[in-house]
Amino acid sequence: MKILVAVKRVVDFNVKVRVRADGSGVETANVKMSMNPFDEIAVEESIRLKEAGIATEIVVVSCGVQACQETLRTALALGADRAILVETEVELQPLAVAKLLRAIVQKESPQLVILGKQAIDDDCNQTGQMLAALLGWSQGTFASKVKISDRKAEVTREVDGGLETISITMPAVVTTDLRLNEPRYVTLPNIMKAKKKHMEVLKPDALGVDVTPRLKTLKVEEPPKRKAGARVHDARALVAKLRNEAKVIA
Amino acid sequence: MSEYKAPLRDMHFVLQELAGLAEIAKLPGCEEINAELVDQILEESAKFASGVLSPLNKPADKEGSKWDKGSVTTPKGFKEAYRQFVEGGWNALQAPAEHGGQGLPKIVSTPVVEMWKSANLSFSLVTMLTAGAVEALILRGTEQQKEQYLPKMIEGSWTGTMNLTEPQAGSDLGLVRTRAVREGDHYRVSGQKIFITYGEHDLAENIVHLVLGRVEGAPEGVRGISLFLVPKFLVNADGSLGQRNEVQCASIEHKLGIHASPTAVLVYENAVGYLVGEENRGLEYMFIMMNLARFAVGMEGLAIAERAYQQALAYAKERVQSRDVAGGGKAVTIIHHPDVRRMLMSMKSQTEAMRALGYVVAAAVDKSLRHPDKDERARNQAFVDLMIPIVKGWFTETGIEVASTGIQVHGGMGFIEETGAAQHLRDARITTIYEGTTGIQANDLIGRKIAREGGATAKQVITVMRAVEADLGKAAGEDMAATREAFSAALTAAEDCVSWMVITYGSDIKAAHAGAVPFLKLMGIVCGGWQMARAALVARQRLSEGKGDKSFYEAKIKTARFYADHVLTQAPALRNTIVHGAAGVMALAEEQF
Repeated sequence: MKILVAVKRVVDFNVKVRVRADGSGVETANVKMSMNPFDEIAVEESIRLKEAGIATEIVVVSCGVQACQETLRTALALGADRAILVETEVELQPLAVAKLLRAIVQKESPQLVILGKQAIDDDCNQTGQMLAALLGWSQGTFASKVKISDRKAEVTREVDGGLETISITMPAVVTTDLRLNEPRYVTLPNIMKAKKKHMEVLKPDALGVDVTPRLKTLKVEEPPKRKAGARVHDARALVAKLRNEAKVIA
Repeated sequence: MSEYKAPLRDMHFVLQELAGLAEIAKLPGCEEINAELVDQILEESAKFASGVLSPLNKPADKEGSKWDKGSVTTPKGFKEAYRQFVEGGWNALQAPAEHGGQGLPKIVSTPVVEMWKSANLSFSLVTMLTAGAVEALILRGTEQQKEQYLPKMIEGSWTGTMNLTEPQAGSDLGLVRTRAVREGDHYRVSGQKIFITYGEHDLAENIVHLVLGRVEGAPEGVRGISLFLVPKFLVNADGSLGQRNEVQCASIEHKLGIHASPTAVLVYENAVGYLVGEENRGLEYMFIMMNLARFAVGMEGLAIAERAYQQALAYAKERVQSRDVAGGGKAVTIIHHPDVRRMLMSMKSQTEAMRALGYVVAAAVDKSLRHPDKDERARNQAFVDLMIPIVKGWFTETGIEVASTGIQVHGGMGFIEETGAAQHLRDARITTIYEGTTGIQANDLIGRKIAREGGATAKQVITVMRAVEADLGKAAGEDMAATREAFSAALTAAEDCVSWMVITYGSDIKAAHAGAVPFLKLMGIVCGGWQMARAALVARQRLSEGKGDKSFYEAKIKTARFYADHVLTQAPALRNTIVHGAAGVMALAEEQF
């Protein structure tokens, strides 16, 4: 079985993000970038499936600027077999990425696509679902456990009420949640080996996909600063404030 | 305690802009190296250092290694971390490819090793000692020894030790008494060794001790010392482990710092040992390795300084105390107070100066080994030889100072063990002692490295520094001018002292030795200033090109300026101490003390 894993290059989770002075977006110049943590979990899951003898090949794909090659190299060092970059300077929105991934799926014919449930930069949580819809495939989103057996995938999903386990038919799209696994540390020999693994670079045009943004960002701003709290003398005063000022209780 | 975060931005800057990574990548055997690969290696080792090694640092310090009836148990988590470390292939980082290592040049391994040392100094020592033993075997081991021991040691499933010290033989190894009696193709080794780092532990299947001892009838003193390989478990012909050898761990020491690193007393009683190289040349082999071992310990000074700085900085940004001295109603975080700023800048600027100098020396080590041109190799070797005592002596002394300042930033909380700032000072305290005390480094510097060649290499390096001073003179801005002024005065002090040392070493050896440590400090301060000046020049250039991270480059220029005003200014004062200070040092008769 071949697995396709999609990864996104995002501002590193340790970085305190700042809004650009002109309000056009988040500052990414001279900011440390890394693989989206949910996608790292997706890569790890695919490697575990390969180690378990279920998968035979892992193809990792990213869409975006040339620097996404670094993110793909990390995935290769973790254990993916080869990489594809769909290179574009255009700002990519979930629908465009889903269409690009559909084109890659048609080209590569994997039986399983794994991606993070969302990216930590825009928190869209759409690409996996859109991809499944475009392909007409089953989807198992927010996975905290994945069991593949006999053309079926049993996916345990993290839903509001707890855990939901579903059985879906392959081929399928799975999106990962935080507790699916804990990604391994990259080993030094694998970093060295990753340099020699193949990386293909494609343009959206070559895949016949129009990536022009459909949505327009009007303004990005910092969340309002948290106001200083007030000290109350007793529970009665607290209840009064909650009722009359915050209006959170009746 | 804050967790360690590798200073990747500064590491990247120093590698690219000051140490010349691109130049090293062109050397034979470094063809695979490029900036992207190095960034990736650093990033992944940073994750390992922060995620695995750093969280163990504090609990392991508290728990310490434990001895029981000859066995040593390392603190909770060490075994698992070591297993992960070995599985990650990190132990093979520096070893040559022909023996199963990754064969990465020094310029790449140096920042990686810095991270391990910052994250967990005690842990890092097992790999440092193994690397030293590996190097000795590569240099002087027989083919059979290499085949039998190197793959396991490089992989990390066996570790190595260095057995030099005995109760009566510390800095003076000529007094070593451990005996070796020839028996067929091997020797029987007997004696007691102390201060053996990771001499006994539970991390690996076998421990390969390299032991200095005397063959029966060998000459007295340093010319009668041989080097033996004594494995904890004998190794069968098929490579499997055989009988337990007659080497026992009698106890481990209770120390001021590096509590997790077991420091063993080892007793050898007719233990089977194998000669490494030739008889009576053991000390010579030790000296070949000494350079790199001393460099590695010097980097510990830098590593601890970085860790202490990170912790003090985090505290200074969080601790609210007193109003701003310039006025204002409310209490502010202490980073607003000028004296706390001064302490933080002193920590930051000296740490960055050490990193820059350390990586520049690492690059010179690579050139001394790999450059195709013989003269270029020799030139770099001479530079490395001069710098080793400076890196070892000045970095470790500065590491202690920075760790101590780190406690000061914390105030009373720094004196409390729970805070974690005290551990850095305790851990740093050994670094000026082992692998040759600061005094030994300073004697090496003034004797072998300066006086013996009439100060030739030192004077060449100063000429190179004068060119940097001239560049500073051409650069715009008040910061650059102030940096130039302090650098210039410091260089004059260094020139004076090199000349004084060359003359005095011949005419008044005691006066020369009395000024040795201040001279080492002066040279360290000036070399650090040289690198900070270069850093400021690069930053100025990048800013004028409008490229890259503006805030980082601006901070670099200001940090260099701080270093100039607060650290380089010490050089002229040290000059006076060196030139005039001997009068007071040796003036009293012993009974006047």
